[in-house]
Amino acid sequence: MIATARRAGNLRLGALALAAVLLWALPADALRIKEVTSPKGIKGWLIQDATVPLFTMNFAFRGAAALDPVGKEGLAEFVSSLLDEGAGDLGAQAFQARLENNSIAMRFGAGADYFSGSIRALVEYRPLATDLLRMALSAPRFDPEPVARIRDQYLSSVRRRMERPGYTARHAWKVAVFKDHPYGRELDGTEASLKAIGVSDLKQFVAKRFARDVLVVAAVGDIDEAAFGQMMDRAFGDLPARAAPASLPEAKIGGAGKIIVTQRDFPQSVAVFGHGGIKRNHPDYYAALIVNYVLGGGGLTSRLATEIREKRGLAYSVYSRLVTMEHAGIITGRVATANARIAESLALIRQLWAKIAKDGITTEELSDTKSYLTGSFFTRLNSTRRIARLLVSIQLQDLGIDYLDRRNRLINAVTLDQTRRVAARLFKPGDLTISVVGRPKGVVSRP
Amino acid sequence: MIGALAGFGAAAALPPLARAAVFNPKTFTLANGLTVVVIENHRMPVVRQMLFYRVGSADDPPGKSGVAHYLEHLMFKGTRTTKPNEFSKIVARNGGRDNAFTSADATGYYQTVASGRLELVMRMEADRMANLVVDPKEAAPELKVVVEERRSRTDNRPAAQLAEQMTAALFLIYPYRNPIIGWKHELEKLTLADTMAFYRKYYGPNNAILVVTGDITVDQVRPLAEKYYGPIPSGPKITRRANIAEPPQRAARRVILRSSRVREPRWSRDYLAPSRGQGRGRRADALEMLDVILGTGATSRLYRALVIEKKLALSVGTAYDADMLGPTAFGIYARPKQGVALATLESAVEAEIARLLAHGVTEAEVMAAKKRLLAGAIFARDSLRRGASAIGTALTSGQSIADVENWPEYIEKVTPAQILEAARDVFRIERSVTGLLLPAPKSADGGAAAKKRANTGGGPRPGRGK
Repeated sequence: MIATARRAGNLRLGALALAAVLLWALPADALRIKEVTSPKGIKGWLIQDATVPLFTMNFAFRGAAALDPVGKEGLAEFVSSLLDEGAGDLGAQAFQARLENNSIAMRFGAGADYFSGSIRALVEYRPLATDLLRMALSAPRFDPEPVARIRDQYLSSVRRRMERPGYTARHAWKVAVFKDHPYGRELDGTEASLKAIGVSDLKQFVAKRFARDVLVVAAVGDIDEAAFGQMMDRAFGDLPARAAPASLPEAKIGGAGKIIVTQRDFPQSVAVFGHGGIKRNHPDYYAALIVNYVLGGGGLTSRLATEIREKRGLAYSVYSRLVTMEHAGIITGRVATANARIAESLALIRQLWAKIAKDGITTEELSDTKSYLTGSFFTRLNSTRRIARLLVSIQLQDLGIDYLDRRNRLINAVTLDQTRRVAARLFKPGDLTISVVGRPKGVVSRP
Repeated sequence: MIGALAGFGAAAALPPLARAAVFNPKTFTLANGLTVVVIENHRMPVVRQMLFYRVGSADDPPGKSGVAHYLEHLMFKGTRTTKPNEFSKIVARNGGRDNAFTSADATGYYQTVASGRLELVMRMEADRMANLVVDPKEAAPELKVVVEERRSRTDNRPAAQLAEQMTAALFLIYPYRNPIIGWKHELEKLTLADTMAFYRKYYGPNNAILVVTGDITVDQVRPLAEKYYGPIPSGPKITRRANIAEPPQRAARRVILRSSRVREPRWSRDYLAPSRGQGRGRRADALEMLDVILGTGATSRLYRALVIEKKLALSVGTAYDADMLGPTAFGIYARPKQGVALATLESAVEAEIARLLAHGVTEAEVMAAKKRLLAGAIFARDSLRRGASAIGTALTSGQSIADVENWPEYIEKVTPAQILEAARDVFRIERSVTGLLLPAPKSADGGAAAKKRANTGGGPRPGRGK
C-alpha cells in the first residue's frame, strides 16, 4: 500500500489556527486556591482535589545555596541530602525504611535562592509523613555514617560532572557573567569545599535558615482546610519564628562579548551563551517572555530552532530562555553541534539575536505566542505535584493569590510596540558571553 | 464496542489496594482495526492524545538501523495539506504542546491540549497517518539533526557508549542489540525511500493504538475517532518478529570501555531476563518484586550490604523493565568508593546474589515490596501521562489492557518461592554481560590508581555462576 492510496481530501488544517488571539478561560473550579491559616498562625495555600486519594505538600524557605560561606560551597546542597538520613530517634536506615515501606516520597532541594522540599503520600499516611517531615526539619541527626557516605557521593559527583561538556561550559559561563557574586560560585560544591564542611556547619545551616518567617507552603490533593492547618502546625510549628538575617547584593552582569573555549576531547562541541536579562517583577517581564519565546523558547517552532535545526541540521537542540533569580535576571541558551560546524551555529545565533533586536517580532508571531503562552500554561498542570510546585513558586515570587486569574490578561495586554522596545533594549548580540567546550573549529577565545 | 475491563473475581481475599483497578479505561475498535482507549480524568479541562504504532527500532530492517526513529522525525515534515514543521506550530498556536518518541517496540506521538482542541489534534494526527509527504530537501537536514542527536546522546558520553556495546553483546541475535537511534555508519546512509517504505508498511490504523486521556468521555471520543481515523484504510497485516528468538547463550561476556573522558569508574551487569510480552507465565511479576527487594532504594539488600555495611560502593541498584515484546534485561549497576577495585565490588555483588539464591527472600521483604508496588499503582493515576503511557506500552509489547488492570492482583499473588525460582532462572552468568567503565590509564587525576583498577578488574576471566 502506498501513501497516495490512503485518505485523500483537503483537511484545511490551518483554519482554526488562523483565528486571532484565542481567549482561554481559567479552569476556575480546578484551581480554586484557599489561603489557610493554621492554629499556630502559619499560612499556606490549598487546592482540594479528590481525584486520587493522595496529597502533595510543597514548601520552600527563602535563602539557600547563594548564602553558603566562601570555601564551604555545597553546604545547602549537602544538607538537602542529609535531612532524610536520620532524624529524631530514628537512624538513617530506620528513617529511610519508614519512608520506603509506606511509599512516602520526601524530597529536598537547594537552589541558589530557595531551599525547597515536598512530601507526597496516600492520604492514610498523612500523619506519619507529617511527623517524619517535622523530624527531618527540626531534629536532623547528621550521624557520622550518613555524613561520610553522602560526602563521598558528592565528591564522586564533583569528579563525574567533569565528564559532561555541558557542565563545564555552563560553569565557565557563570564565572564570566557573575564574577565574584555568589551566583558565579560552584554552589554544588567542589572537592575542597565539600571536605571543609563539618557537622557544625550543617547544624548551623538548619538553625539559621529553616524558620517560619521565610517559609511558604502549598498543598494539593485529598485534604481539607482543617487537616492542612494541623499538618502545617505539626510539620513547621517547632521551627524558630525568624531566620538569621541574610542579604545578597544585586549581581552585576559582566563578561560582555567574552568567548571562552575549553579544549576537551568531545566529538560535539557544547556552547552556552547569553547575557543580562530581566527580573521577574519588572513591568516588561511579559513582553520579554514573548520576545524570547519567538527567538528561542518555543521548542521546534522558535527562530533559533528553525534556522539552526530545521533548515540546516546543525543541532538536535537549541534554545534560549529567561532565567529570573532574586538578585539577577539573565537570558541564556545552549546549543550542541559537531566540532566542525559549531562556528556556523554560533554565527546564526548572533545574527538572529541582532535581527530580533533590530526588527522585533511580527504581529503574527505576537498573536501565536500569546495563544501558546496562555493556553499551554494549564496543560502543564497535570498532576498534584506540578500544581503544588506552581503554588509555591507563585508565593516565592510574590505574584499574589489572584495571579492565576490575572496571568493571561497580563500576557494578552502586551502590545507589538512594547515587544519591539523590549527586544531592542534586552537583546544585545555584541554583549553575548559564549562558553564552548569540545574541539571547536573556527572558534577562538576572546577576553 | 466498549470493553468492560478488569473484573476481580478473587477480590474478597485481597487488601483494598489490590482491589482497585488501575486506570479504568474504556476501549473500542474501529472497523479498520484501530484500537481506541479512553481514560477519564476530570481534574483539569485538558486532554492528552497519544497515538502508538506497534513498531519500534527492533523492527528496523537489517542494515538500516535507526529508520524507525528517523521516520518519527520526518512525521513532522508535512502532509499533502500541511507544510513542513507546521504540525507543531499549529498545536502551539492553539495553546498545546506536542512531541514524539521511539522505543525498541513502539513509536508514539502525543499532544496535550485544552479539551476543546481535541478535534483539531485528532484531525492532524489522522492526517499524517494517511498523508505524509516529505520533500527530499526537508529530509536531508533532518538526517543531520538525528546524527547530532546521536552525538549528544551517545558519542559525547562514554557511559552511553558502553551501554550501547553491552546491549549489543547481551542480545546475540534479537534486534534489541541495535541502538534505537541507529549505528552511525548505517544511520548516515538512510534514505527517504527506505523511510517511506517503512511508513507504508507499519503506519496503518490496524497497527496503531489511540489513547485519549483527560477531561473527555468515551462517548465524545468515539464520533471523532470514527470521523478522522475511521476513513483510513487498513495497512498490511503485521506479524511482529514471530520467528526471532535468542539462541541458547553459553558464554559470559565482558565489555570494557576505557576513556580519558571518564573520571569515575562504574560497574554494571545485565542478565538476559524474560518479559511480559513473551508471556512466560507470571515470572515478570516475580522479577519486579525482586527488583524492589534487591536493588530499589536505600533499604534494599544491595544498598545495605555494599554501601552501608561493607562501605565498598557509593551507589548500587537494579533495573528491570518487564514491559517489552522480546527478551529483556535484569540489570545491576554500582559505583565504587575511591580506591575500591571493580573486581572487589563485583565479588561483593555476587556474594549478595549467592546469598539470595541460597536462602531466598523473607516473607517480610515480600510484604513490604508488594505494599510499595501497589501504592505505585495509585500514584500512577495522578497524572495524565502515566495512564496513557502504561496502556500504550502494554498494547505495543504483546500485552492486553486486562494485563495492566489486573497487575495489582498479579503482584499480590507473588510468593517468596516464585521470587527465588525467578532469581535462579535469571542469575546465570552464561547469560550475562558485565560492563566496566574505566578512566584511561593516563587520565589527569591519578593514572596509577586507574591502572591498578584496570589490572585487577578489567581483564577477561571465566564466568562464575552462582
